[in-house]
Amino acid sequence: MREDLARWQFAFTSINHFLFVPVTIGLALLTALLQTAWHRRQEPEYLRLTRFFGTLLVINVAIGVVTGIVQEFEFGMNWSAYSRLVGNIFGAPLAMEGLAAFFLESTFLGLWLFGWDKLSRRVHLATIWLVAFGSALSAAFILAANSWMQHPVGYIRNPKTHAPQLNDIWALFTNPVFVWSYAKVILAAITTGAAVMLAVSAWQLRHGAHRETFGRSARLSLAILVPAILLAMSVGDELGVIEARYQPMKIAAAEAQWTTCQPCSFSLFQIGGGNDDHTPIQILEIPHLLSLLATNHWNGKVIGMSVLQHQYVARYGPGYYVPNVFIQYWAMRVMAYLAIIVLFVGLWGLWLMRRRRLERTRRFLWAAQWMVILPFLINTAGWLLTESGRQPWIVQGIMLTKNGLSPSVSTPYLWISVIGFFLLYGTLGTIDLILMMRYARKELADEPVPAGADDPIPAVHY
Amino acid sequence: MAFVPFWFVLIAILWTGFFVLEGFDMGVGMLHEIIGKDEAGKRAVINTIGPLWDGNEVWLIVAGASMFAAFPGWYATLFSGFYLALLLLLAALIVRGVSFEYRGKSPAQRWRGNWSRLLVIASLLAPLLIGVALGDMLHGLPIGADHEYTGSFWDLLQPYGILTGVTLVAICVLHGSTFVALKTSGVLRDRARRLARRSAPVTGLLVIAFIAWTHVTAHGGAFLSPVEFLAIVAVLAAWALVRGHEGWAFGATTLTMALCIITIFVDLYPRVMVSSTNPAYSLTVHNTASTPYSLKVMTVIALVLLPVVLGYQAWTYHVFRRRISDSDFRPPPPKPATPPAGAARRPRRAGLFARAQRGSRG
Ligand code: HDD
Ligand code: HEM
Ligand code: HEM
Repeated sequence: MREDLARWQFAFTSINHFLFVPVTIGLALLTALLQTAWHRRQEPEYLRLTRFFGTLLVINVAIGVVTGIVQEFEFGMNWSAYSRLVGNIFGAPLAMEGLAAFFLESTFLGLWLFGWDKLSRRVHLATIWLVAFGSALSAAFILAANSWMQHPVGYIRNPKTHAPQLNDIWALFTNPVFVWSYAKVILAAITTGAAVMLAVSAWQLRHGAHRETFGRSARLSLAILVPAILLAMSVGDELGVIEARYQPMKIAAAEAQWTTCQPCSFSLFQIGGGNDDHTPIQILEIPHLLSLLATNHWNGKVIGMSVLQHQYVARYGPGYYVPNVFIQYWAMRVMAYLAIIVLFVGLWGLWLMRRRRLERTRRFLWAAQWMVILPFLINTAGWLLTESGRQPWIVQGIMLTKNGLSPSVSTPYLWISVIGFFLLYGTLGTIDLILMMRYARKELADEPVPAGADDPIPAVHY
Repeated sequence: MAFVPFWFVLIAILWTGFFVLEGFDMGVGMLHEIIGKDEAGKRAVINTIGPLWDGNEVWLIVAGASMFAAFPGWYATLFSGFYLALLLLLAALIVRGVSFEYRGKSPAQRWRGNWSRLLVIASLLAPLLIGVALGDMLHGLPIGADHEYTGSFWDLLQPYGILTGVTLVAICVLHGSTFVALKTSGVLRDRARRLARRSAPVTGLLVIAFIAWTHVTAHGGAFLSPVEFLAIVAVLAAWALVRGHEGWAFGATTLTMALCIITIFVDLYPRVMVSSTNPAYSLTVHNTASTPYSLKVMTVIALVLLPVVLGYQAWTYHVFRRRISDSDFRPPPPKPATPPAGAARRPRRAGLFARAQRGSRG
């Protein structure tokens, strides 16, 4: 019970955090691009777009930051045995993240927001780039920590206590799991940010008065969205290979593959399945696709879960080492199928852009507006695949999740915190959504565009 | 090995930095309604910390993460032992963070009033709860031989811990009001000064009580340690200076805050959490420390990055050094028929950049 509650709580809070984080990373980059365009061309439309999307960015950052603080505390509150054991390794990137990235991001966001009339234009432009850089950097450190849980590297065992000890910090940042998932997360974030900008622009093109201006942001976001999602998909393909190498159980579960196969096909759907049903009905099998995904070879071999279970028992002692197969199977498919939809909408937009019909094709604008939900579902599915697939390990091969719990925290405390976070996040999430929508639908503010190009632009105030 | 004491000192510095910087943010949060009075005034008061509070809060995050990396055993016992209190603290930090951002996002009176009230409560709760925790760490908590907390929520509410919390809240009030006096002009400045004058005696008495009790708890003896002594001197100085010299008064409240936090850490060392069950079970820097290699890596990183952080944070304070007035937030008076050439109400810019810009236009 305690384990379930603690896991639910971590899953709930981190999924929430990761709803806001990709928007921050992506939108910070896009806002910086808009401001750079203004800086280069001096066209007031770009200034207005910068301020418009900058406001959305700030609304979003507020929740991103506070949900992040919860994450930071949770390791000690709910997972104290885990923190005690691996703090010397896992804590290091977290501390570096604070020093290197959070300070940078938050300080320069304050400067950007309030510094319009206090900094020279060039310095002010630099501040938004530092915000974008800081937010991307913070993802790097947290992912180095997370990748270490997926594939522990750079440590030795203490001869006496047998506890893992860091002996090579550099290994954490050259961990192949880290390198690839960092690429994946950044691309996912850019995709998400671009989808948000595209959706807002589409709504404005359908309902608003500033066609010309929002046409620009729609084109910019499309030009970013399509390459980003294409790259995210190819990196995802590579992640499958990495997974097969270091966490073979995960990829086998993602295909509900109980027996070893070679070559292996990929089923588009299945009926039944789960941990008790070893022979689900697989529909529309695509030959060789799983082999390609997991090994990059046409005839690659994927080891089945039953075989792996035997190997793990021999290696780690009795236990059940299979993650939740249902979640694995469907998380993988939700991610991939929804990604394909987003890609097609993006390509449609590019095609319309070439024919100069983007701003007027109402059916596309409608689709682009509603498509914004998909990247969030894709991200959540991707993380479920990653994190749930690591079970029953909290650190692969080193510590089981059930051994990582805080011994002193009782079940009622966990209930209180789970319900508390549920209510708090629910309320704030709703308020955030309402505010985002209200601001996304605002008329563009008429900037008192200064007469001389060097006149100060009034700052934003609370 | 020298890295262990180094990290203890660094963590003490991070907590001190957090309280010195967030201390006035919390004070401003608590006081913005009283000092601001009307909407324009409240906004002006909040804007004195507008660009700063988020960067200041990161001191807390870094302090926590540093405990995690450098003293995992400390982090684990502290955070799991203070479970419900930390939950409340998280709620306060969450509410505070969003209330800054969301308060101004709707013109409705009720909306702003509600966020203001939440801001006041959350700004009061946060230093109170952290203060209680710091006090408890020094005074002692039921901790078993396995370093796990064995008490209940009520064991956290000890008189000494509560006094620590209340004292820190009082210092935040004084620190915040001298900060507002320093950063505003006109009626806001007058109100902030008056408030500082009124709260200084209360804060002074609390600090003296806190120092006396800390002294008895930690080592007894006839003489105060230098830090304890200086903390009392600082709060008395703040009391005296608050009458006219805002700059100096703010310096004195900064010192008061810093010295009170430092006192706790000085008296803790080499322990980090005292066990009231059995002194032998106390957590110390040695039995909770990370491995030598991790500490060495972290030391290099901290020595490289911390000066850079201090540099750009200081620069931020320089950029936003101008005083703010509530008239900045009132709707502009009706325009004259023909606006005078060259905007007369153009806000003053930071001198350095203003000059550079004018030069380039010439
Ligand atoms: C818009 C974002 C997005 C898109 C288009 C895709 N993914 Fe993804 N995926 C993520 C967003 C994401 C993510 C949320 O960012 C994850 C979670 C953890 C991570 O590193 O990235 C992820 C993880 C993730 C993993 C697990 C890595 C691990 O266990 O460490 C695999 C195997 C894939 N992806 C595979 C794919 C494939 C084959 C895709 C092609 C259709 C794909 N992803 C599209
Ligand atoms: C931000 C995106 C993330 C999401 C959406 C996410 C999601 C999840 C989910 C769904 C679980 C529950 C697993 C299950 O139900 O079996 C979980 C558990 C956990 N995750 Fe993550 N995670 C994220 C990032 C991270 C990162 C970056 C870390 C580490 C730095 C991390 C550490 C953990 C821990 C400690 C648990 C609890 C123990 C466990 O069940 O394994 N997560 N997370
Ligand atoms: C893959 C997973 C994660 C990514 C990519 C990520 C990235 C980010 C980013 C970009 C921010 C900036 C705030 C925003 O604007 O939204 C942020 C905030 C934060 N995150 Fe995460 N995060 C992840 C998971 C976690 C986890 C597991 C922790 C816990 C250690 C954590 C701790 C924090 C904290 C403390 C903040 C607030 C920082 C501030 O005040 O500026 N994050 N995160």
